[in-house]
Amino acid sequence: MDKIWLIIQREYLTRVRKKSFLVISLLAPVLLAGSSLAIAKLGGGGSPDVVAVYDESNLHLLAHLVNTDDVQFVPALGASLAASEEAFKKAKTKEDALLYVPASVSIDSTGGVQLLGNGNVPLRRQSNVRAAVSKALGALKMERSGLKQSTIDDLQARIELTAVDLTRQGDGRNDVRTTTSMAYVLSILVYFFIFVYGVQVMRGVSEEKSNRIMEVMISSVKPFQLMMGKILGIAGVVLTQFGLWLALSWGLTTVLVPLLLSDKPAAVVAARPGAPAAVVPPAVNDRPLVANTTPSSAAAAADAPPVAAPRPGAPFSIWALLDGLPIGRIIGGFLFFFLGGYLLYSAMFAAIGSAVDDQTDAQQFMFPVTIPLILSYVVSINVIINGDPNGPLAFWLSMIPFTSPIAMVMRLPFGVPLWQLLLSGTLLVAGFVGVTWVAARIYRVGILMYGKKVTYKELGKWMFYKG
Amino acid sequence: MTPILEALDVRKTYAAHTALDGVSLAIPEQSIFGLLGPNGAGKTSLIRIITQITGADGGEIRFRGQRLGPAHIGEIGYLPEERGLYKKMQVGEQLLYLARLRGLTRADAVARIKQWLARLDLTPWAQKNVEDLSKGMQQKVQFIATVLHQPKLIILDEPFSGFDPINANLIKDEILDLRAQGATIIFSTHRMESVEELCDSIALINKSRKVLDGPVSAIKNQFKTNTYEVEGKGRPLLTHPDFEVVEQKARENDHFYAQVKLHAGVTPNELLRFLIGQVEVHAFRERIPSINEIFIQRVGETMPETAPAEAAS
Repeated sequence: MDKIWLIIQREYLTRVRKKSFLVISLLAPVLLAGSSLAIAKLGGGGSPDVVAVYDESNLHLLAHLVNTDDVQFVPALGASLAASEEAFKKAKTKEDALLYVPASVSIDSTGGVQLLGNGNVPLRRQSNVRAAVSKALGALKMERSGLKQSTIDDLQARIELTAVDLTRQGDGRNDVRTTTSMAYVLSILVYFFIFVYGVQVMRGVSEEKSNRIMEVMISSVKPFQLMMGKILGIAGVVLTQFGLWLALSWGLTTVLVPLLLSDKPAAVVAARPGAPAAVVPPAVNDRPLVANTTPSSAAAAADAPPVAAPRPGAPFSIWALLDGLPIGRIIGGFLFFFLGGYLLYSAMFAAIGSAVDDQTDAQQFMFPVTIPLILSYVVSINVIINGDPNGPLAFWLSMIPFTSPIAMVMRLPFGVPLWQLLLSGTLLVAGFVGVTWVAARIYRVGILMYGKKVTYKELGKWMFYKG
Repeated sequence: MTPILEALDVRKTYAAHTALDGVSLAIPEQSIFGLLGPNGAGKTSLIRIITQITGADGGEIRFRGQRLGPAHIGEIGYLPEERGLYKKMQVGEQLLYLARLRGLTRADAVARIKQWLARLDLTPWAQKNVEDLSKGMQQKVQFIATVLHQPKLIILDEPFSGFDPINANLIKDEILDLRAQGATIIFSTHRMESVEELCDSIALINKSRKVLDGPVSAIKNQFKTNTYEVEGKGRPLLTHPDFEVVEQKARENDHFYAQVKLHAGVTPNELLRFLIGQVEVHAFRERIPSINEIFIQRVGETMPETAPAEAAS
């Protein structure tokens, strides 16, 4: 046990001391903070599109177009189409598109409607406008057919659906977008880190082999100790990196971004009494609390006139979005399934590294290891995020040890029953033990095998070699 | 005295071939033991079993009478033929790491590393990465790593390869020093002159079997052919029923060199007397076979027509 600890220390320290580790650890949070800043600046897609309507027909379409959360219709400025276009171009910050309804359009002939934009009109905006226009025309048709508005209203069944998760604390309501993007982010992190650090394990092993230090090492320690020491040491590096990123990202997004986001940050704070100035990590508190405003911003608040926040209620920190999710379970589950998946896959990567003489030979063996990883990511997105997070396929994907690290982590934000977490966790541990056993048997033969072109058949044989 | 290491009928088979076929050896304490054999004979397999890198399929290895086990890892130091160190690690750190894996405490290891680095003129390089060192210096570092934990049994596979003559001598003196301090050295090499110079006893392995072993002096006696070398001036006419000429060469200025084999029961003095009557004798000595000759002769005897395959050990 002493020896494996020494190996873990060496693997950990040599990596953490590298300049590249420091650079990546510092740079990634800056990028994350930068992108969250960019998202916040660009409006994040939360506001409805504003579409100006220039109507030449005699349908008075504008009166029939229903404003929704996604799209709002305003009359175009300008007496002619050309004037409207001109006005639209000039006032492009206010309006997102210009809907042109030519005179030829009537209730029965609806061709020729155009949506004009500065540049390409996004598909989502197109379909929102199309839906609104066709709804308006439908209403007109019903009106023409003699139905009274009250009858129409009566004929239409309106359903309002609110998804409420009873297993969740609080009111159980949260933003589906947050849940989904959380699932994306977590699973891509698992996928990415298993891959990147698994390959590091493989490189480390084949480096020891080509450095010819293996024989010296193996005369001091058992091959299994050497393999596990490397895997666990690198796991420590990953966790350190996570820790640093989390701390730095949190620091940057909660301190720096609010300062950059508004020209008068202090005013914003003053204008929103009781709103989170700096958000406390959601894992600790259920609701964001008021944190200390810095003395400088408090002082600035005194002489700066209060202005409204750019979008009232919009979170200044991405962390506030996490509010209402089962954070404890997500973090715990993420760490567990990430580590389990990493251990399982890196054992396989270690076996590959031991079997080949140089990196180029590794390609052919990496294929069968990366396929389940890639597949579980791609399939999970379709099944879990776009499908049913609690359906049978999602269930099985999150049980099989090769796919569960990604599939289960993807399901976490949607809420997973405890028994499934426990079962999947147990299976993952069992899978890890089994895979490591097989990998260690290949490893112990492979590390001393030089100048041999290795085949799958050969690998199979190695598993059954004695001592 | 119990030998420090005993191999009893050790067998090792790989999928396709037999590496060791019932090899038995006894290595006396505080000696330098030469493990010889052509490429692919099974030396590396035997060494890997002794260093517990692999296990034997049959037979037993005893370390000071006990069955060899993990407890003995700290007693053994191993310098493999294929050297290697972590390139991106500092010399001092690397030695510390390897020493601690062999069971040394940090304080002990640090003190000894200092001592050894000074001894082999490497102190200024302690903070340098291994990759910044010359090959010879790397070899010295590796040698230090092998002996740092003061092993009782040191296995050196081709220890002089990559060294210039000055450093080779330095290492040779260290090896002799280690023996004087009580260590036993197993020395595997193809350089027969260093075997001649250093080894107290040897074993010769060929085709997975031991074909010869014992103290160097005894082996040489065993392979003596009762042949004498003569140098002198004149042209001897060596035709006599008591002896036969193996080789005779005329040299410049009327000098000659000859190898003469005596028949059973004939003494060297008789030959000398015969020569003195004919020529002026400048040198007369018994021809003792070199280890090299014994090696070639013995391997040739036990070898089929085809040379053994390289590697595969």
